[in-house]
Formats: sequence, structure tokens, C-alpha cells
Amino acid sequence: MKVANSYIGRPMERIEDLRLLRGRGTFVSDVNKPNQLHAVILRSSVAHGVICSIDRSRALALPGVSHVLVAADFANVVPKIPLRLQPLPQLEPFHQPVLAQDKVRYVGEPIAVVLADTAAIAEDALENIDLEIEPLAAITSREQAEAMPSVLFEDHGSNAAITWKAFRGDADAAFKTADYVRRDRFKVQRHAAMFMEPRGFVAAWDGAVQKLTVWGAAKTAWYNRRVLADALGLEVDAIELVEVDVGGGFGSRGEFYPEDYLIPAAAKLVGRPVKWIEDRREHMMTANHARDIECDVEIAVSRDGKFLALRGQVWADIGAYIRTNGSVGPRNVAQYMSGPYCIENIDLKSTMLTTNKTPSGTYRGPGRYETDFARERMIDLVARDLKIDRVELRRQNLVADAQMPYPLASITPYDSSTELDSGDYHAVFDLCLKEFDWWERSKLRGKPIDGYYHGLGVGSFIEGGAAGPKEEARLVLETDGSLSVYIGSSSVGQGLETIMAQIAADATELPYERITIHHGSTSHVKDGYGAYHSRSTVMGGSAILLAAEKLKDAIRNAAAVRFGCVPSEIALDGEQVSHGGKAMALAGLADVPIEVEASFFNKKYTWAYGTQAAHVAVDPGTGHVKVIDYLSVEDVGRMINPLTLHGQAIGSIVQGLGGAFLENLVYDENGQLLTGSFADYLLPTASDFPNIRSITLELKPCPNNPLGAKGAGEGGLIPVGGVMANAIADALSHLNVQPMELPLTPARIWQLVEDAQAAAS
Amino acid sequence: MKIKFQLNGDTVSTEVEARTSLADCLRDNLGKNGTHLGCEHGVCGACTVLLNGEAVRSCLMLAVQADGEKVITVEGLSGDELSPLQASFRKHHALQCGFCTPGFITTAHALLSNEPDADENRIRDVLSGNLCRCTGYISIVEAVMDARKFYAVHEEQQ
Repeated sequence: MKVANSYIGRPMERIEDLRLLRGRGTFVSDVNKPNQLHAVILRSSVAHGVICSIDRSRALALPGVSHVLVAADFANVVPKIPLRLQPLPQLEPFHQPVLAQDKVRYVGEPIAVVLADTAAIAEDALENIDLEIEPLAAITSREQAEAMPSVLFEDHGSNAAITWKAFRGDADAAFKTADYVRRDRFKVQRHAAMFMEPRGFVAAWDGAVQKLTVWGAAKTAWYNRRVLADALGLEVDAIELVEVDVGGGFGSRGEFYPEDYLIPAAAKLVGRPVKWIEDRREHMMTANHARDIECDVEIAVSRDGKFLALRGQVWADIGAYIRTNGSVGPRNVAQYMSGPYCIENIDLKSTMLTTNKTPSGTYRGPGRYETDFARERMIDLVARDLKIDRVELRRQNLVADAQMPYPLASITPYDSSTELDSGDYHAVFDLCLKEFDWWERSKLRGKPIDGYYHGLGVGSFIEGGAAGPKEEARLVLETDGSLSVYIGSSSVGQGLETIMAQIAADATELPYERITIHHGSTSHVKDGYGAYHSRSTVMGGSAILLAAEKLKDAIRNAAAVRFGCVPSEIALDGEQVSHGGKAMALAGLADVPIEVEASFFNKKYTWAYGTQAAHVAVDPGTGHVKVIDYLSVEDVGRMINPLTLHGQAIGSIVQGLGGAFLENLVYDENGQLLTGSFADYLLPTASDFPNIRSITLELKPCPNNPLGAKGAGEGGLIPVGGVMANAIADALSHLNVQPMELPLTPARIWQLVEDAQAAAS
Repeated sequence: MKIKFQLNGDTVSTEVEARTSLADCLRDNLGKNGTHLGCEHGVCGACTVLLNGEAVRSCLMLAVQADGEKVITVEGLSGDELSPLQASFRKHHALQCGFCTPGFITTAHALLSNEPDADENRIRDVLSGNLCRCTGYISIVEAVMDARKFYAVHEEQQ
């Protein structure tokens, strides 16, 4: 008798690694097609201006240059990129055209596409295009956006796009009667996902069968195919988007960008395959930026420390256009500011401002990283005022297990009501402090050792996941007894093939080694949804569970025919089917593959949650901060692969530390990006943060999906900015240094110390 | 310009422009796609190859400079099986998307080949020249530390 599979929960080494470690992966830059042309894109070097003229004659005269395509070459009316999420009609004026025609609104905005025999020749051609742009005043800050020396969209007449409003209870009433109220301003700087593999596409148009194939899809291939089909006037079936290996996503990669149209459209237009791979500088000024919010918030608290209400205004600098998911961050800042705490009255507005910067979109923990910085800082400031221990203050306000499901604030103008699904927030909070040795370490708080002052920080968070509406899986038992799994989920490097094979092995009882996972390409299933909002494991995995049941039924049906019995009499163990004393191997059971398809529908988000604690040492003389220890404890309901999950947690925390200390997309007053290389835009390196720990728990399974799993790809990062700022404030509490803005660079900390000392003297 | 050099043990020759980088030559002319380009300005290290045993950035080197030299790319570090270093990366989950990985493998291989007893700080210091956005580096450092034993044995055998 075969032993039942139990791959879920085991730290399986990854299937993907065998090719990736040996340089045998296939990334989009590794894809080449015969007779291909190379595309390079002419981009605006002016942040805000009117295009006066483009003269391409000198560029076209260069040997090896085949085309220089401007907007009019592609279409009479330049397509604009619709919104994938929150597609509100009032945001339509801010949709980005795939090529600028009259006006440019950020440095890096595409103006023309050069096609040449090699990328180097195409780059030479760029310098031979004579482009005249009449500059307008550049809007590069909230203050300017409001003062309006110019407006980005004249017809709209204002640089403010729309305002989100999160509401619950009666905040004004709560503030009127509250014992204690505090009001603060916080800022989180512009930074970005900055995945390591630059974006790119290879597109080929087969005129004979009227079919367009595009390699380089990621994240949301099926949705992007619909947008591309609409823009090109093709049926979706005439387009295939192919996902090859993808070098990181973190929310940014795979959204529909101008190049998602330009490269396939160019291939169709000229009838030859076209390849485009962006360079790093191009990436930094074109792929979605993120964060960049400022807020002015008030908290009302009772004398004994109960949080009563939140009220305030957020300004999100979304850049020059609204991108496909550009509302998510600004909305989340308002809707999720209460986090894991019980706050019954909320009135928070979040206004999206357009500026002459690269448009923004989601980056891991969108809006949550920003809002957690503000909230966790506020809690420490309240604790200091009310002389309540900040640990106790948090503990007493966490949502209790008995309150689940607990609704979060409602939001307009695009409703996305949600409720915390399950959890024992107090247990995780206490475990984090215990594992961190919080009370013993507290003896070092405020103490200088070798010139560094020691401090502790703590913060709790919630992590939404598993966005609906559905995901699809198609299972094929091949005639040799192997299993092919096709899913609508996408891989952006998170180990999807391994995780899905684990789920499929347990669900079908077929041998793990004989399962192959196919993902992300539009030919695999009818309608896939992809990888965002920490949804792949929960949504794709649940779809596999449903399909596996159908597959088992189909196998029993096929076996029943062979054995001449009814399907319910068939025993099935993953290697063979049997009836009475007779058995038959799955290989050879049917003459044709047995195929089933299933969809998992879900409207409810999963809510993983946790607590993080940090120990830092700060040199007030230089502003340098050492992260002595960092611990994250998170409950994810159910773990599929502890190895990859741990990797998600640690990697996410270090990204959060990058945002807390290093990463900053800086513009000058003319809207020029000053940080266009890795020498200027600093990512964490191997020597920056050596002491990071993560503990993952399976305390409270998610009640809303058959796996019991919760999305857990982002959580690590969410509270990091707040935890770090709290720890620094704790270390320098003798000076009353209170960081209210990220990043916590040495210069900023040093300045805060200087200011605090000046104020004291 | 015609150049000729040793690539992963084989002699290869190809025609390049004077301005062609070694990385572009390896990828476009010689099909060694394991060498990845993450920044093309020498910071991320994804394009690291071994030039006469030393880790170098192939995006910052011209192909013509490799004429007559010995170049090893990630493809040259293993056959059908993972090398001990690669297996250690797999065991420790020291890669996620895998794009930066060839650069870490070549860099770590060069380090441990020369300094099989490198301590954690030394390993961190050397690896800090390569960028990884997925892992947070903890698992990469663990993988390299764990792989030291294979290089130490190798050295004793010589």
C-alpha cells in the first residue's frame, strides 16, 4: 500500500534551482528570434513640456536603422493604458498614452521607438533624432502641486486627481470627547521595487495566421492580453503572452506599461520580430515608483490608553499619470491605517496628486509600509505622552481573537470592504517579545556603549492577500502516468513551481517527481489572474485542490470502463487504480490524456499578521545606525514550504530596511531624476543587515480557502520603517529625537540630534 | 575585430566591434546566457565571470580585452550535476528569482578557490559587491559558509 503524500509543510528544495543555479534559466533577454530588430525608446529628457518637433531624418540615415516610429505611425488615436484595479471613470483623464504626442509629463516618458539591426545601432540613432520640447514649469512637490505654477492636465484644471475616504464610526464625535488627542505629520520617501532583471519583451507577428506572440509576460498575462488586444484591434485569441523565467516582480513588474503596447505593436507594424530590453537607468525612470506620501494625522485616546479614533489627511504623490494599479497605495494608506488594532472611529482622506515624476504603482506592501510607519510611530509618541509602556499600549489595543472577523474601515469612491479573517494577535505579539528577549534587552535601552546608544523598537502589522475573483488550474494526466499542471498563477521568482508541485502531489497522490508545473502563459488556461496581492499560493493552490478532485473522478471513470464496474468501486492511490484483486498502473490507463479544469473563486482577502521587534545602536555623532537584531514573527495560517516562506520573510524585511535607511528616488526642482544608477540609488548589500530572524507560525488557518493558507509574500516588509524609527527614538530618548520621516539616513539622524540639542540648550 | 580566448575550457573565436563588452560578446556571440546584465554599470555584479580565475564584471570589460585569456562563466562551473557550491545554494534557499545568482556563484567560487577558510565577515565583505533583491543575503552567506568545506578538501587533495 502506497503511503499518502505529505509534501505540504515540508521544506522541499526548489525545482527551479536546478536550472537557475547553472545559468540555464531562460529570461526574456535570452529569447531571440530569427531576423529580429532591436528596439530602443526615445524618452523625454524634459519633465514637463510641449513637444514642438521631432526630426528623424538623421537617425534614419544611419546604416542599420530601419524605423523611427512616432505616435502617428502606430495609430490615429494613441491608445491610453486603462486601469487594472479601481477603474474609476474620474481617473480617465490621467491615463497614460503609450507614446507622448503633444505634451511630456515626466523624464523618461516614451516619445518614439527606434528599430535597428542591433541595440547598439539603435542607441546611436537616438542621439541623431532632433527633438524640440518647450519646457513648462515642473511640479515636483506637494506644495507646488497645490500652488499650481502649472498643471499637468489642463482640462482637469488641478493637480489633484481624486481623494479616497476611509471611514468608520464617528471620528469627529470621538475626538470631541476624547481625553487625549495628538496630531503629527509623517513622510515616506519615493522608492521602488527595483527587481534585478530589467524589463523586456520579444514580440513576433505571424501574418500568415494573423497571430502575435509576446515573450516576457509577468504577473497578469491574461489581463494584459485583453488590454493589448483592445489597443491593437485584435481578438484575444490572436495573441499569446508567454512567461519565461522572471527576475523578480514585487508588484512592479508585469503591469501594463507603454512598452507592453509599443514592442508588440512595432512587431506587427513592421512584420519582423522586435526585441527590447531596458537598461537600468531607463528602468529607474520608467518602471513604477512607489510610496512617496505625506500625512497629517490625529489620534484620539482615552486616559487609560484605549485607541478611540483616527482622523487626518494623506497626500500621495503619484507622479505624472495614474498607472494600472496606481490607486492601491494611496487607498491602502487610508484604509489600513488602523492595522491590527481595534479603532472604531476613522475618518482619513487620501488625495492623489499628479507631479512631473515617474508614475507610481504598487511595490510590496503598498500603502501598508507607509501607513505602518505613521501608525507605529504615533503609538510610541502616545505612549511617551501618556506614560504608558508602549508594549502594554499595543497589547491592550490589538484586535482580540473573539472579535474575528473584524471589519476594517470602509472606503470610497471604489468600495473594497474587507474584514480581518482570523488570528490570535496577542499570542503572536507575546511570542515575538519572548523570543526577542525583550525585557532582558530592555536593560540596554538608552545606554551608550562604545559611542553607540542602544534602543528597542516594536510594531505589529496585518498583511492582506489572496485577491479574487478567481484562479484557474488545468490538470492533465498524461498517458505515461505523469501529471502536467497548468495554472493561471504567475512566477516572479517566488518558487511557484515547487510550491504548486507540493500541493498537486498531496491533492492527487501522484508522485511528486512526475509532476510538471506550467504557469503564467496565456495558452495554459482560459482565464488566469496571476501574481499580485500575495495570491499565487492561496488562489492557484486552491484551484489545484479543486481540479485534483475532478481529476480523481475522471481517473475513476476511465478505470471503471476498463474494469467493467462503477466508478465508486475503483480504488486509486496515485500510482495505480484497482478493483477487487485487479490493478492497473496509471500509465497506460487511457489512450489519450485525461484532462480536467477547475476554478477557485474567492472574494475574501486573507489576513496574515505578526509582530516585529528590533534592537539598534545609534551613533549620535555620525547618525549611523547598526541593526543589532531584528525578529519577525508572523502567523500565516498554513505553510506550504517553510524554506521558501522563510525566504520571503527575510527578503521582505531587508527590502523594508532598504526603504527605512537607504533607498530614495530624488528629483531636482526641474524634475530631473538625480538617482538614476545603483551608485546613487542604494540597495541593501550583504554587509548591511546581517542579523535578521523570522519565525513563522500556523496558529489560525484561514477559514476562507481549502488550504487554510494566507498570502505571506509581503508581511516582512510592512512595519519595518516604523519599527526602525521607534528603535532609534528609543536609543536617543534622552535627546527626545523623534524621526517623522524616512529614510533614516545618517544625515537625517545627525540633523535630528543637532536640532534636539539646540532645542534643549 | 577577431578575438580568440578560452571559454569554459574550450578555445573560441569570434568577431566583435571594438566597443562590444565582454558580457555582450558572451551572450550574443557565444550563447552563454547564464551571464546576466542587471545594471551594465558595474554595481550589481550579475555579470561576474572568472578571468584567469579572478572575478570580474563582464559588463565593464571589453571583449577584446579577453583576447588570449581564460574566461569561465557560470555554465563552466558544473556539468550535469550541481557543483557543491550550487548544491549549497539550493539547500539554503540562497536564490529566489535566480537572476543575480550566476554572479553570486562565480564571485563565491573565486573567493573560496583562493580563500577556502574565509570567515563570515570576509564572505559578507566580498559578497557585498553583488546585489540581490530577493533573499536579503542571509541565506547566501550561509550557503557560501557551508560550501567552504568542499573547497578546503579540494585544496588538501592538491
